[in-house]
Amino acid sequence: MATVTREKFDNIIEIKNVTKVFDGITVVDNVNLAVRRGEFVTLLGPSGCGKTTLLRMIAGFELPTAGSIFLEKQDVTAMPPHLRPINTVFQKYALFPHLNVFKNIAFGLKLKRIPTGELDKKGKPVYRKFTKDEIAEKVERVLKLVGLDAYGHRDITGLSGGQQQRVAIARAIVCEPKVLLLDEPLGALDLKMRKDMQSELAAMHKNIGITFIYVTHDQEEALTMSDKVVVMTDGAVQQYGTPKKIYDEPANAFVADFIGESNILSGVMKKDFCVEFCGAEFKCLDKGFGKDERVDLVVRPEDIAIDAKRGMLEGKVVSTVFKGTYYEMEILAADYQFTVQNTVDRAVGETVWLSVEPNGIHIMKKLKTVNEFIGTVVDETLVAFGGGEFEFVNDGTYQKGDAVRVKVPFDKIELTDDEEDGSVGANVTQTFYKGSYYQVQVYTDDDADFFIDTVDEWDMNDRVGIKIKPEDIAVEHTESTELEHAQAADAADASAQAETEKEETEGAE
Amino acid sequence: MKKQVKSALMWTVVGVMLAFMYVPILILIIYSFTDAKALGVWGGFSFALYADLFTNSSILGAFKNSLILAFASAALATVLGTSAAVGIYYLRKWKKTTASFIANITMENAEIVTGVTFMMFFLALRLPYGWTTLIIAHTMITVPYVILSVTPKLAQLNPNLYEAGLDLGASPVKSMLCVVVPQLVPGMLSGFVMAFALSLDDFIVSKFVNGSVETIPVYLYNALAKRGADPTLRALSSVLFVAVLAVLIVLNVVTEKRRKAQFTAK
Amino acid sequence: MQSNLIVAGAKPQKKLKIRGVKRSAFALPYLALSVLFVIVPLFIMLYYAFTDGASGAITGANFVHFFSRPNIMAVMGKSFLVALITTVLCFLLAYPLALVLSSPTFNKKLILVMLFVLPMWISSLLRTYAVKIVLYMLEVSNAWVAVTVGMVYDFFPFMLLPLYSVLSGMDRSLIEASQDLGASALTTLFKVRLPLSLPGIVSGVLMVFMPTVSSFAISDVLGDTSTYMFGNIINQWFANSGGWNIGSAYSLILLVLIAVTVVVANKITKGRTEIGGVL
Repeated sequence: MATVTREKFDNIIEIKNVTKVFDGITVVDNVNLAVRRGEFVTLLGPSGCGKTTLLRMIAGFELPTAGSIFLEKQDVTAMPPHLRPINTVFQKYALFPHLNVFKNIAFGLKLKRIPTGELDKKGKPVYRKFTKDEIAEKVERVLKLVGLDAYGHRDITGLSGGQQQRVAIARAIVCEPKVLLLDEPLGALDLKMRKDMQSELAAMHKNIGITFIYVTHDQEEALTMSDKVVVMTDGAVQQYGTPKKIYDEPANAFVADFIGESNILSGVMKKDFCVEFCGAEFKCLDKGFGKDERVDLVVRPEDIAIDAKRGMLEGKVVSTVFKGTYYEMEILAADYQFTVQNTVDRAVGETVWLSVEPNGIHIMKKLKTVNEFIGTVVDETLVAFGGGEFEFVNDGTYQKGDAVRVKVPFDKIELTDDEEDGSVGANVTQTFYKGSYYQVQVYTDDDADFFIDTVDEWDMNDRVGIKIKPEDIAVEHTESTELEHAQAADAADASAQAETEKEETEGAE
Repeated sequence: MKKQVKSALMWTVVGVMLAFMYVPILILIIYSFTDAKALGVWGGFSFALYADLFTNSSILGAFKNSLILAFASAALATVLGTSAAVGIYYLRKWKKTTASFIANITMENAEIVTGVTFMMFFLALRLPYGWTTLIIAHTMITVPYVILSVTPKLAQLNPNLYEAGLDLGASPVKSMLCVVVPQLVPGMLSGFVMAFALSLDDFIVSKFVNGSVETIPVYLYNALAKRGADPTLRALSSVLFVAVLAVLIVLNVVTEKRRKAQFTAK
Repeated sequence: MQSNLIVAGAKPQKKLKIRGVKRSAFALPYLALSVLFVIVPLFIMLYYAFTDGASGAITGANFVHFFSRPNIMAVMGKSFLVALITTVLCFLLAYPLALVLSSPTFNKKLILVMLFVLPMWISSLLRTYAVKIVLYMLEVSNAWVAVTVGMVYDFFPFMLLPLYSVLSGMDRSLIEASQDLGASALTTLFKVRLPLSLPGIVSGVLMVFMPTVSSFAISDVLGDTSTYMFGNIINQWFANSGGWNIGSAYSLILLVLIAVTVVVANKITKGRTEIGGVL
């Protein structure tokens, strides 16, 4: 379903199932991404999350281990960088120290060939180089654009960091690339300069209309400059959306934690528009979760109101720090230390009451990655659950007839085309596109639900086989009293998961 | 496919150049196992040259002299050079420039010029050529290399270590010896090895100031340039080649291993 | 109490010194010995160069001697020619190898780099002897060819090391930037890598050219009197005690030439990064 919607727009870059493995370590893990023409897209994530590697694959410096990259529908995965109409602003600028400012900027222009509009005898277009005057004119124009009009003759080594930065940008955009890649270009600048350059870059993006793909680990930078933000960690895309959506509706606890300061709590949905956490029930704007479903929720520090007498939670001020325009306080309430920002200071040790408006509470689906079942040991090597019998690794403590709790990670299940190849047959009910992989939900004839993370797309009502390697089946003893409870929770989980997934996919366009 | 061609080409370059560097040495070693007088003639396999080598008293004497000289001058150079490296590192402005300039003289100068200036100087001092002059000359020409290998370690040093020593009551010399020097040991060691190897190798400076003391390189030079090649030299050369290569390879492997161990420890 | 105040225009306190904490003093022993054993001998050479051996009178005759002898000038010319050929050959052999060794495929194979640099530590006499045997087997009879081959073989590692250092230390993002701006591998080589490796090239040339001119052992072992280098001439003059004055003058000329090349080289590489060694 995701692929259909993507086609509607004019995508300049499409990344399909791209994986990069370095020395056995997966740095980019099956990423799918589409960038629309003219957008300012930021790849955001902690260092080592794979964002720079992804950028380098778009630039052509790295070859993906698997997957393809398309530029304007043309597969450029293996095209060498010097043939791609893409230019890069490097992390530490990578200006040529043996050339002056003018020559640095003219470097790419001198190599460029442009069609003259004529055709040769064989009917092929004739190409020519830029003339000296054309180059001079283009360089002057771009120098003016970055505010370095009179700097052409200067040596690179004599420039300040900010000026080098501008030259690096000028050198890249003078080639009129279809996409401009920026690899943490502001990382080497001091705070003041960084702020100035942020707004200048954003303005420049509007003026020249080139698609920007920007890499940073600075969440503030990402939120202020971009049209869209891609939050990454561990080589996978966590969320892709507008800055506002990512801030207001983080897809999971990682995103919530990474974007802005936040209080992340565990709660239980009592009913639609009502969530319980810290022993109190709060009104919220979210619905569609199962009754009593456990959820993660985010409350931003600025959304917590403090009052001396009235509120939902009683707390004690642990510390307070003046941050220039507001006070940041740590307040202990119901065993959770809230970070609260307020313009009014409270004394340490003071008892206060906290409250949160419904629009200040953001509910997130608990990240679930493991299927849980209650099963029975059939014999020394077989365990029955979810309507089938599976081979498992018996450490000798499980005997025939034992009730066990079985856990299987989503990504350890294989779906087979032929039902007979699996241990049990099932029907596909839904397939969710998760940005970098598909999450497939199937049900067996016994009505047990399985979630499977896979790179393959399965159609609804496909009949499949479920195959699990014995070593991927975790088995533990269970009290029979827990049985009923677990089954109920499991069912609730599964249906709620389906709901949120649906919303997410629709929201992500 | 293109990648494979590129890789094959690269290996070819490496292979050809390795052959260029090592085939002559290999040939020399092979011909050390035949006792034919003439160069490049195979007179049947024999250890005769080695037997000659280990009974030749002047070669064995020269060998002993070389080792003693290298050891003495490298030890002196390490002490002087480490102290100099520390001092020069903390000098400022023109003083630093001047001191570095002085330390560079013997490195940049042609060895033959250095050699003859020593020769004339010792004559002016009425110092007879021999052990003393050799040790002085070798120490002076190897100190700059010790400075070169200690200085990078200084750059990595916490600048406050020395002051911390003083602060805790150590005298300047004591603070230097007990606090700073231990941090410089790796640099000093590689400086010592470098000085040792350079001294062991030198014949240009040595031949002007050695008097009656014959070292291996001086013996070699005289034998090769004047006496005409004596077949025993093939055995001597082979032994030296193998010894030097073995020592260097072991040294490099050990330092590389230690570097890696440090790296992973961090 | 009030001593913390700095009064504008107040006389600065007399320069105070804390005794004994200056680390720079540790340079003194070596510097003193250097003055005695390196600088003073240079002045002695200067004295010899400008005096007459027999009378001890100050004279410029030793230099006139140099410039008035066509055969000496011919030796000089040939020395420089051999040095030039040697340097060029070393560069042409070493640069591609350095490129290969510093490429991503090889830069983890330090053992290979080590193998190429190790011969630096083996006596040049031994290596020259090895070359002699090979040349003999190949029946190379031309003394000039033999000497040149010997020089290239001897000085090759000294060219390779600085080239490898500068190429392997080169910021890879510069090469990527060049490709990113549309340069092919060949264009990148000539427009970016070669100009950026200039410091390495200069220091390689420095380590090959003048040492070749001033060498004497290689010619002694591989050539004959027709292949004398400048170093051989100096060696000859010092071989008998009567030639020290003229020999000193020649040494001084060599010293000046070396100084000039070092200064020129420093000018070219001014402001560029220093070249570090591998071993």
